[in-house]
Amino acid sequence: MEKNLEEIFQSRIDREEKIEPKDWMPDDYRKTLIRQISQHAHSEIVGMLPEGNWITRAPTLKRKVGLMAKVQDEAGHGLYLYSAAETLGVDRDTLFEQLHSGKAKYSSIFNYPTVTWADIGAIGWLVDGAAIMNQVPLCRCSYGPYARAMVRVCKEESFHQRQGFEILLSLSQGSEEQKRMLQSAVDRWWWPSVMMFGPSDDDSPNSAKSMKWKIKRFSNDDLRQKFVDVCYEQAKVLNVTLPDPDIKWNEERGHYDFGLIDWEEFWQVIKGNGPCNKERLAARNKAWDEGAWVREAAMAHAAKRKERSNKKKVA
Amino acid sequence: MENNWPLWEIFIRSKNGLSHKHVGSLHASDEEMAMQNARDVYTRRSEGVSIWLVESKHITASNPDNGDSMFDPANDKVYRHPTFYDLPEELKHI
Ligand SMILES: [Fe+2]
Ligand SMILES: [Fe+2]
Repeated sequence: MEKNLEEIFQSRIDREEKIEPKDWMPDDYRKTLIRQISQHAHSEIVGMLPEGNWITRAPTLKRKVGLMAKVQDEAGHGLYLYSAAETLGVDRDTLFEQLHSGKAKYSSIFNYPTVTWADIGAIGWLVDGAAIMNQVPLCRCSYGPYARAMVRVCKEESFHQRQGFEILLSLSQGSEEQKRMLQSAVDRWWWPSVMMFGPSDDDSPNSAKSMKWKIKRFSNDDLRQKFVDVCYEQAKVLNVTLPDPDIKWNEERGHYDFGLIDWEEFWQVIKGNGPCNKERLAARNKAWDEGAWVREAAMAHAAKRKERSNKKKVA
Repeated sequence: MENNWPLWEIFIRSKNGLSHKHVGSLHASDEEMAMQNARDVYTRRSEGVSIWLVESKHITASNPDNGDSMFDPANDKVYRHPTFYDLPEELKHI
């Protein structure tokens, strides 16, 4: 019986049919999606922290409104994604609890600090750029609510990358000091961004399954290659060098070759030993704990209003 | 976990002349907060001119397991379609 259901399920996926919340699905498909969508949601939420750091210090009003709008979008992305995860039967507070206790993962990129204004530009260009490359194929993911959330997210992301690139472009046309600031931000953010695509395909045990279920459409390495190819050309416009002496065009492959990734660093950050892991979790926990009275007061207010209107109906 | 705020489903009319369409859901303590949040979460780029919201628990949905018996009968009722009826070529405007 179970076997049969699984075969029917897979043939629906193979026909490119979308799976909706109440449809039968293998437990493992559900679990994989809950993990992936909630990690994705956590990343959007934690991702607000490094950028929020610069809202009060943005150099002009134009930059400030742009950055505020971007950070607000990221909050929205987190909400779309939490809602999509909840359609699979997990509740919001459980997901928050997993984030706050450190049990759940989020993208390791957000455990790096934003030390200068140029970092905000570099995040927009490289981090949002890498995110877009990852996210566009997710718009065709087999799970309907996730795919629909990603369509909204992707529509909003292109503004993020463009505002980032424009920040860097201004710096590239500025003083010598600004140019140095630009280069050093790119030096800091390049490798962590390249790592955002996750472990190499050989070390990514769940990849094959996700591909079969059409949650995932391209391998980590393929997306990473595409990212390097695109960024190498874009870096020329900014007059910056990518901090990788091994990047060079490979005529035969039709792609840029690039240097070895320091996976030791990647796993260290994932394990919680990145430069800002503790700070990020502490900030999330503080916001959650200090907001407790607001959440309770809102429910108490709602209950009181309901009671009052019930009384009126009786009277 | 019981401090979850209730879940609301959000429907948006993108412009007059079109129907409201489901866009997603959100948590809020009451309809007033749900309306404010829906505006902030789902209409930041003029995506709509009207919002409907309904608490998710009030929605009754058809059972997808009965999908076949529920929606399938249409297949053997070809007589509901205009092409079922044979008429001469020379007949116009019909
Ligand atoms: Fe985002
Ligand atoms: Fe973004």
